[in-house]
Amino acid sequence: MSSEIVIKTNKLTKKFGDFIAVNEITFEVFKGEIFGFLGANGAGKTTAMKMLIGISKPSSGSAEIAGFDIYKETEQIKKSIGYMSQKFSLYEDLTIRENIQLFGGIYGLSNKQIQKKSNELINKLNLQNKADKLVASLPLGWKQKLAFSIAILHDPKIVFLDEPTGGVDPITRRQFWDMIYEAAHNGITVFATTHYMDEAEYCNRVSIMVDGVITALDSPNNLKKQYNANSMDEVFLTLARGAKRGE
Amino acid sequence: MRTLLFLLRKEFLQIFRNKLILRMIFALPVIQLILLPNAATYEVKNITFSVVDHDHSEYSRKLINEFTASGYFQLNDYSKSYDQALDQVEKDKTDLIVEIPAGFERELIRQNESMIFFAANAISGQTAGLAVAYANSIIRDYSNNIRAEWISMPRLSAIPTIEITSSNWFNPQMNYKKFIVPGVLALLVTLVGFLMSSLNIVKEKEIGTIEQLNVSPIKKYQFILSKLIPFWFLGLMVLSIGFVISFIMYGLYPVGSFWVGYLFAGIYLIALLGFGLLTSIYAETQQQAMFIAYFFMLIFILLGGLFSPIENMPDWAQYLTYVNPVRYLIEAMRMLVLKGSSFWDLRYHFLIITAFAFVFNGLAIWNYKKTV
Repeated sequence: MSSEIVIKTNKLTKKFGDFIAVNEITFEVFKGEIFGFLGANGAGKTTAMKMLIGISKPSSGSAEIAGFDIYKETEQIKKSIGYMSQKFSLYEDLTIRENIQLFGGIYGLSNKQIQKKSNELINKLNLQNKADKLVASLPLGWKQKLAFSIAILHDPKIVFLDEPTGGVDPITRRQFWDMIYEAAHNGITVFATTHYMDEAEYCNRVSIMVDGVITALDSPNNLKKQYNANSMDEVFLTLARGAKRGE
Repeated sequence: MRTLLFLLRKEFLQIFRNKLILRMIFALPVIQLILLPNAATYEVKNITFSVVDHDHSEYSRKLINEFTASGYFQLNDYSKSYDQALDQVEKDKTDLIVEIPAGFERELIRQNESMIFFAANAISGQTAGLAVAYANSIIRDYSNNIRAEWISMPRLSAIPTIEITSSNWFNPQMNYKKFIVPGVLALLVTLVGFLMSSLNIVKEKEIGTIEQLNVSPIKKYQFILSKLIPFWFLGLMVLSIGFVISFIMYGLYPVGSFWVGYLFAGIYLIALLGFGLLTSIYAETQQQAMFIAYFFMLIFILLGGLFSPIENMPDWAQYLTYVNPVRYLIEAMRMLVLKGSSFWDLRYHFLIITAFAFVFNGLAIWNYKKTV
């Protein structure tokens, strides 16, 4: 982890009519960091993330992603990031290899690079026998690992993960986090939302969002000390209990 | 350019992997071209009629014979009275009542003129109108024959008669199928171009893959082209299958140039795909897209002159058809297949459909955003 800042927001806000989904959030994320972006359902996490990845225009405030302005330089931002959405978003009616080739091609990898990366990836995930099978035939846990691998195929500076491990068994979740560590080790900044508090413990730093506002931001250990709690679960409950917004 | 190739590869892989759609692409033109031209016909045959003959004379019998011998009419019954015949109409057993008054023959011989009364069942206005028109022409022939019998030397006849002969250009046998087939070809191209393109994009919205494309550095034009090109090819493929089937089934092929046909259909498809794209921008689910598409398709096709000629529509409806792209394709197809019109003959059609292409695609590109 270095002190180089890759995400920097300043009073970033998103309003839908009278409803303030994201209310003046300000934070920084460092290069190579695993940043946990926590909050209850409806707290505004996904909305905030959509602004950061350039598919939703902020109402006010500013942000820089990988050094690019989120108002003017969204196309440059898109080249520097990877994204894995809450919904599974590979093409189920394409094979594993075809999916890798498609996203490699979209991000401008050369044919040689695509070839090399597909083989590496397929070997790493132990999918040699399934490489030419449709993605639809894979179990959910494998799909998620594949989706993550494809999201970082083009070596982005930052990868955004929106509840990547929802519905996945504990063993696969553990493997998934090993992959996240490896990516962070290779210098990719990981920005992830999650509802699993054990996963929050794996993060270098976490922020907790309540009703569109970031109410806490620090390392899991410091947060536990600050709120006099034994686990992140307790910290989260203490903070989120005050939420006024329902599901 | 390279990105576009990757995207196109994906689209074609997906289309050809979808066996149901692939089968439909072949089944659709075959079935529609077999069913529609044979089922949707305006020729009215087998009109049933009831005779109320108060005269019972040689001439009245001759007249009735003329009706049955014409091939259009089928005798339902001899009714005793008009009321009895009307009863048959009410039971929907007869389409036309022919009432011959008592003294028909006597009047005809003495006064040189007589009267016959027709009453048509106008539940179907089309049938009623045709029944009366056929009946009139039978009566006209009948009275000409009588006149010929009475005046032994027609050349010296004091009564001048004007005989009307007509020949039907471009469709000499007045074959309704020849009118319908080019229209069905237009229908096929429309169905594939509009429905499939709009549903395809909305499907990506529904399953969430569009978000993955939106966060990638794909350019707007690359995405749009990757969605337009495959369905453009499919549309032209369906048209080609349609051409083959209409030749096998009906011996119909464009009297004009095939290339003009493909060029027109090509531009038309660009216009329609743009409209499909526009639909998919506003629809969030495939259900919504389907409903929007169905709404427009029905209006486009019924107001496109496929079944009922535009010239028969009221003025306000005729004005509406000017903004209906389907109208131009149906017209162009008919002109091309039946008349053998050239590019120059179709220049206004080309101009208008090109304008449609620009407007629809312009609006689609303008409204499509990579943001949510």
